[in-house]
Amino acid sequence: MTRAGLSALFAHWRRHPLQLAALLLGLALATALWSGVQAINAEARASYDRAAETLGQGALDRLVSDRGLGMAEFTELRRAGYRVTPLVEGRLEVGGRRLSIRGIDPLTAPPGLGTLAIAGDEEALDGLLSEAGLLLVAPETARALSGAEGLPPLRSSANIAQGEAVTDVVTAQRLLGVETLTALVLAPEQPFGLPPLREATEFAYVEGQSGGDLTRLTESFHLNLTAFGLLSFAVGLFIVQSAIGLAFEQRRQTFRTLRALGMPLARLIWLLAGELTGLALVAGTAGIALGYVIAAALLPGVAGTLRGLYGADVSGQLTFDPLWAVSALAIALAGAGLAGAQALWRVARMPLLAPAQPRAWAMASARTLKAQGALAGLLLLTSAGLALFGQGLVLAFACLAALLIGAALALPPLLIAALRALRPLARGPVTEWLLADARQQVPALSLALMALLLALSANIGVGTMVGSFRTTFTGWLDQRLAAELYLTARTPEEAREIRAFAAPQSDAILPIWSVETQIKGQPTQVFGVADHATYRENWPLLSAAPGVWDRLAAGEGLLINEQLWRREGLALGDPIRVTKGLSLPVAGVYSDYGNPAGQLMVGARTLDAAFPGRPRLRFALRLPPEEAPALAREIRDRFGLPAGNLVNQAEVKALSLRVFEQTFLVTGALNALTLGVAGFAILTSLLTLSTLRLPQLAPIWALGVRPQRLGALEVARTLLLAALTWVLAVPVGLALAWVLLAIVNVEAFGWRLPMRLFPADWLWLGLAALGAAALACLWPVIRLTRLPPNRLLRVFANER
Amino acid sequence: MLSARDIHKSYASGGAQVSVLRGVSLEVARGEAVALTGESGSGKSTLLHILGCLDAADRGEITLADQRIDGLGEAARAELRRRRIGVVFQSLNLIPSLDVRQNLAFQARLAGRADAAWQADLAERLGLSEHLDRYPEELSGGQQQRVAIGRAIANRPALLLADEPTGNLDEETAERVLDLLLELARETGAAFLMVTHSARHAARMDRQLTLEQGRLA
Repeated sequence: MTRAGLSALFAHWRRHPLQLAALLLGLALATALWSGVQAINAEARASYDRAAETLGQGALDRLVSDRGLGMAEFTELRRAGYRVTPLVEGRLEVGGRRLSIRGIDPLTAPPGLGTLAIAGDEEALDGLLSEAGLLLVAPETARALSGAEGLPPLRSSANIAQGEAVTDVVTAQRLLGVETLTALVLAPEQPFGLPPLREATEFAYVEGQSGGDLTRLTESFHLNLTAFGLLSFAVGLFIVQSAIGLAFEQRRQTFRTLRALGMPLARLIWLLAGELTGLALVAGTAGIALGYVIAAALLPGVAGTLRGLYGADVSGQLTFDPLWAVSALAIALAGAGLAGAQALWRVARMPLLAPAQPRAWAMASARTLKAQGALAGLLLLTSAGLALFGQGLVLAFACLAALLIGAALALPPLLIAALRALRPLARGPVTEWLLADARQQVPALSLALMALLLALSANIGVGTMVGSFRTTFTGWLDQRLAAELYLTARTPEEAREIRAFAAPQSDAILPIWSVETQIKGQPTQVFGVADHATYRENWPLLSAAPGVWDRLAAGEGLLINEQLWRREGLALGDPIRVTKGLSLPVAGVYSDYGNPAGQLMVGARTLDAAFPGRPRLRFALRLPPEEAPALAREIRDRFGLPAGNLVNQAEVKALSLRVFEQTFLVTGALNALTLGVAGFAILTSLLTLSTLRLPQLAPIWALGVRPQRLGALEVARTLLLAALTWVLAVPVGLALAWVLLAIVNVEAFGWRLPMRLFPADWLWLGLAALGAAALACLWPVIRLTRLPPNRLLRVFANER
Repeated sequence: MLSARDIHKSYASGGAQVSVLRGVSLEVARGEAVALTGESGSGKSTLLHILGCLDAADRGEITLADQRIDGLGEAARAELRRRRIGVVFQSLNLIPSLDVRQNLAFQARLAGRADAAWQADLAERLGLSEHLDRYPEELSGGQQQRVAIGRAIANRPALLLADEPTGNLDEETAERVLDLLLELARETGAAFLMVTHSARHAARMDRQLTLEQGRLA
């Protein structure tokens, strides 16, 4: 019985190969987009970890001395109970390539200093501690260095960035020809009860640089990628549901006959579920392959982002993870189950003597539409309620989901209302028919149009967010990098010398002094800024009291970053206790994108008075931009400053912007893919409907409208529906952008991006949507115009 | 009014050529009502389609109101269908997306001959005045067929063709529909050719033609 049942069910697919292709392709595309994005995210995160591990030492506090530190100091501090570890850094020329050497003590190095590369690798540990030594390098670097002379044995590790080598301190000293240590690095946690190292030694204490700012920004993009993947998956599922729905409706007679011939309902349901599972496995496998191709194509862009953000070479190679493939298959099965659940439910509830004639699958009753509209309204209200009163990231995403699902459900009733509103504008019977017919076709095309709406809304929403981000980020870079050169001296003495050397060639030397303190129980960095036009002209404030900079300079107010301001619900004028004896009112709020922690700005003199004796190692130089590279070179040559201690603003800005452009490329590619999937959804819907359309078109043809004109009218109808969908997608997209910018970002990162509008982009997107719709309807229309008259006449023939 | 001479038509079916019409000749005068009968597969519908410019004959001459209509291209045939011919089918006659008022006026408006007074009169006589804002799916079979008749007549066609217009209706409704068809065809002076299986309906026409295996008996 099972075999006979299966053969009856499969016969349908043999007779409708196009439907089968639509189902498989829809599911494969949905799986591919989702799993592709997941693969990118996983690979990127793994790369982040590697890069962070490689460069993580910058995040740790360290002790330095201009007299040089030796192993004796290290031993002395360890004996005293401090958790410090030696570090030797330098660069080596090997066969014309520069290799950054980092020597660590593998036994005392804290996590984040390169220890990930040797974790659990006893052979590597033995090698490092052996007399010959060992260089741990990235596989790419190992290949490049193979055969180089004078180096210890090489060992590949995926946890090390390209161009870097991690080794033991002694080996590093030997290779670099030095006897001293570069620094003593402090573990983040120090034993309780010991006096702070800051005060216990005479060495200069250099605070770790939190590299988190831009990392947080990239997290925001990963969030977008994930949201995009989910959206693409949903768009793909629309195709699947459309194909499954049609296939089930067309087989109603088969189901009825099978049951009438004695097949139990449960068996029929199992057979259908099995059929769906089989199809999902086939499509999922294809989706995995396609997802891998998509991820491999998009990953170089993401790798470029990482390269720019961390300055580390990250491989753009995608590694195949079996777990990823299994989860992709699971997603395909879940998607097919989700899309097919309604159809299976309908079969389960179908009475044995149900009319064999396919229900008017393509037509939805007014009642259904009303119910759909009511549900949409409820979801949109829920979304608005969550936007206004919801707290937390989960509710922010729930708000997004309610908005998108609500908008998609609202689309058919809104389209019908819009087409009804256009009716008085119709001139002539054909235009009247076109509008009426378009109205009647809305339910049949609703799934495809919903997919288009989601794709367009996502494009507009994410485009607006990315555009706002780009504009804001450019401004943010200008704020943060207004000076031409940024310097961090290794010792106070060196700082003095560099200042003296640079002064004649600079327009201004601006101190960047900061202290870590606690504000309202939260770790907060307090910066002292000079009273200089650099800040007055470049530091755009979100909110400010009159004469804000004068008040800052006079020590009568402070600036606060947006994160702390929002977290604490502060207002202008609210007093903030900076330290004992210093309490200042909030005079302004500034945006500080990416920084998770609180931050304050006070006048430089105020900071000096409140925290005397701080090491003054960091400062910025103002000079004509064209002179910056030469001065940077001179300072580097004269003082031997490591690359990271002297930053040229123009280079960093250009690099950062390039990085972001690359990231936008990834978003753009996903935008195009989602739109493509939506176009495919329209194509499959039109193709599956084309035969059902004949009884509606044949009377028009019989009354004297030529097939070519009918074809043109079909194109016009599809374009009209696509155009109306685009019109409705604009407000939905803007609402989506608003939720992303004003709620998700605030909840996830603590800062809010100003929303900017890009109407030209919407117009281009509208044209793209029309193009996709036109392409989608081209084939069905060509088929229609080439239909022989007898095919149309068969509609009327009594002896069919 | 309508004259057909030596009409031939064949179709390819399963690799073989099947002759459906084998030299059919007929004439229908202005205001005359002619019944076309015959067994299933005798070619009645094919002949009707050819005379209604819905399909083209392989061979033969057709003249409608002194105009040769055989050998015309698709564009010219479409124009004839719009302006000179009214067709009523057994089912699937109406445009589902348009309401009764729009369906009634559709062909006349296509031909640029909309006559509001005539359409209102037609709607009244067809008993459709109460249903003008309803959609085909909301009408009974008889009501739908009356709309189809109204639409075909609204254009005041030279030739009115009907392919088993009462085939799906109960006897009483079928009689009423036929009454209306005959009445309106006579009133407008259209040449009226109706395919029917009903001997009783055929007997009510002015003349009766019978097709047997592609030839008029």
